[in-house]
Amino acid sequence: MSFIEYGDTIKDGDTAIVFLGHESMFPVKVQHGTVTQTKYGVIRHSTDLIGKKYGSKVTCSKGGWVFILHPTPELWTMNLPHRTQILYSTDISVITMMLELKPGSIVCESGTGSGSLSHALIRTVAPTGHLYTVEFHQQRAEKAREEFREHRVEHLVTVTNQDVCKNGFGVSNIADAVFLDIPSPWEAIGHAKSALKAEGGRICSFSPCIEQVQRTCLAMEEYGFTEINTLEILLRVYNVRTISLQIPDLGKAAEANSSTGFDSSDPSNQGSPSANLQQGTVQFKSGVPLREMVGHTGYLTFATKS
Amino acid sequence: RKIIFEKQWFYLDNAIGHIYGTTFEVTSGGNLQPKQEVEETTTETKEAGTDNRNIVDDGKSQKLTHDDIKALKDKGIKGQEIVQQLIENSTTFRDKTEFAQDKYIKKKKKKYEAVITIVKPSTRILSTMYYAREPGKINHLRYDTLAQMLTLGNVRAGSKMIVMETCAGLVLGAVMERMGGYGSIIQMYPGGGPVRAATSCFGFPKPFLDNLHEFPLSKVDSLLSGTFSTETLPSEPEDNMLVEEEEINELTEEKQTSLHETEEELTTEAAMEIKQAEEQETMDINADDAEFKENKEKENKENVREKQRKQWERRKKLIETAALLREKNADGLIVASKFHPTPLLLSLLEFVAPSRPFVVYCQYKEPLLECYTKLRERGGVINLKLSETWLRNYQVLPDRSHPKLTMSGGGGYLLSGITVVLDKGKADPSSLEALKMEEPSSKRCKVQDLNC
Repeated sequence: MSFIEYGDTIKDGDTAIVFLGHESMFPVKVQHGTVTQTKYGVIRHSTDLIGKKYGSKVTCSKGGWVFILHPTPELWTMNLPHRTQILYSTDISVITMMLELKPGSIVCESGTGSGSLSHALIRTVAPTGHLYTVEFHQQRAEKAREEFREHRVEHLVTVTNQDVCKNGFGVSNIADAVFLDIPSPWEAIGHAKSALKAEGGRICSFSPCIEQVQRTCLAMEEYGFTEINTLEILLRVYNVRTISLQIPDLGKAAEANSSTGFDSSDPSNQGSPSANLQQGTVQFKSGVPLREMVGHTGYLTFATKS
Repeated sequence: RKIIFEKQWFYLDNAIGHIYGTTFEVTSGGNLQPKQEVEETTTETKEAGTDNRNIVDDGKSQKLTHDDIKALKDKGIKGQEIVQQLIENSTTFRDKTEFAQDKYIKKKKKKYEAVITIVKPSTRILSTMYYAREPGKINHLRYDTLAQMLTLGNVRAGSKMIVMETCAGLVLGAVMERMGGYGSIIQMYPGGGPVRAATSCFGFPKPFLDNLHEFPLSKVDSLLSGTFSTETLPSEPEDNMLVEEEEINELTEEKQTSLHETEEELTTEAAMEIKQAEEQETMDINADDAEFKENKEKENKENVREKQRKQWERRKKLIETAALLREKNADGLIVASKFHPTPLLLSLLEFVAPSRPFVVYCQYKEPLLECYTKLRERGGVINLKLSETWLRNYQVLPDRSHPKLTMSGGGGYLLSGITVVLDKGKADPSSLEALKMEEPSSKRCKVQDLNC
């Protein structure tokens, strides 16, 4: 396995995702002799995982079972250990497309944070691109380096431990795109500009507050960026449900009405359709929005250097 | 070549040799290169009102008449100067607030100062353009939804992807851009041939096409049941050419209306394609009435031979593609078409390896609800998710920041998930997702054997 290449079978040292069902999953580092506890019982790596195919069903000691999945940046985003607030796949998708990233792109990022976006960026620019990521928190930078090594993508990424607002990205005139997720992005716009290639490139800044966006836009204009555009993206997830609504009893007048109107449209009606109108229901499939959804993550401001 | 864009016509010759992102001003027929940054229009009228209590709409605030303005235009006066004149002759301009003055100037500039910027094609540009100009051709797939598809499908270099789309080749192009020429793509197509009008707008280098395969959708069933043969090609090459030609014509039309994003390389490329198509057309005609016209007989013979060669090549490619599909180890499936997604999914998922993502786009939610249910019944998939994204654009200006007035009403729905190894034989009684084998065809058993 690798985050940038599919493998068929699970090997020692791989990072795999254990899928328990209903969006509940967690990552494991596969190692000979190690065991992992789940609510369905124990998984023994040597016998239960190593050599098996990704996507297999693994039976645990208590008879329950789980699926073992190949890691992807998206699954990692859902399962990684949080060291900071992270970016989720909805925002990441738009960032990747709007920054025009593809294999071979050189990208600068700050801050690295928990590495959620970093993995997605590395996936997209591999095998010939590179990610330069700057994190001013020493411990987080160290942890990120370790993760990239573990996930076998360290050749595609350089982690620098410095303050991007003061010292920049440590590179100049080589980037196709710059991404900023820091509290005061306007202080880094100048550094971003000098990191971008002379012939131009794209920049994106992620900020939760409109005041931050305001200052960032002003700074971008000042540094001569064009095509400045701010947008927000929201994900709506639907549960697929079969809903049944009861037909109200409106007395005799409604009787004739409903027996002609609904019985034909729904043959699976319980009870004999003509006899029991009290029990009459109409069934249909619906996509029901979740009771609670993410209402705001951050504003994404894009611009072009040309 | 003459090109029309936004009621202006011009030639692109002058644009060659400039870097992408250069802004041009249109003169009578050719292009002129003004500076990147036009100096801030000098509106020293720093006088401004505070509110509009005294501004009355009497229709007489502009002292210049329509004819005056037309006269200015006919004289070939620079747009910038016309705007300045309009401002000077507006009696209410000075009373307007600073913000309203700004807005007024912007509006007039848009009308009189025609500038175009030539940019490099990319998924970002092309998907935004198609959504704005030809949403019907791409099934109303909004660009942020396309972005989600690429991410959810884990599209990247080195993968082996199956793509089924009727989005003019836009989705295919987006996938190709993300794969950067590494790995392979199998495009499933309905009818006589794949549509790639949008794909050609990307201006991909030739090597990108080497690992791009196509396979007719109408042959999928026979491939799955093992009765596939290459002797019966789905369509005669003639049909295919006609389709392609039609597409190319469409493409050029598109070019003419949507120059915003056109670049010179592309145009020449398209021109070349047209020439090719024309050649093919004449060839067809020749082949049809090959009996008479003595002087053309020799040529015809060559054409027939050429045709046979092409057919043979097509067959060879088809066999290769069938072999690729038969391995049933694709790394992902992307569907975005005008067809009902359920039958597509149920069949095409057979070609995908376990633990791989798939994404289906549909303009409407209801077909995806059904697809969701059917996939649950089939089994072999987990983490099914039905979703939609909302996109909101903002105006950000000092003291005037707010969401844009209009936003897109809908950009379609996505159903995504991950494949897993299908249960062999009877469904596990303790299974979380009741795996009802609805149609235990021998087809599926065979598939399982191959997969495991």
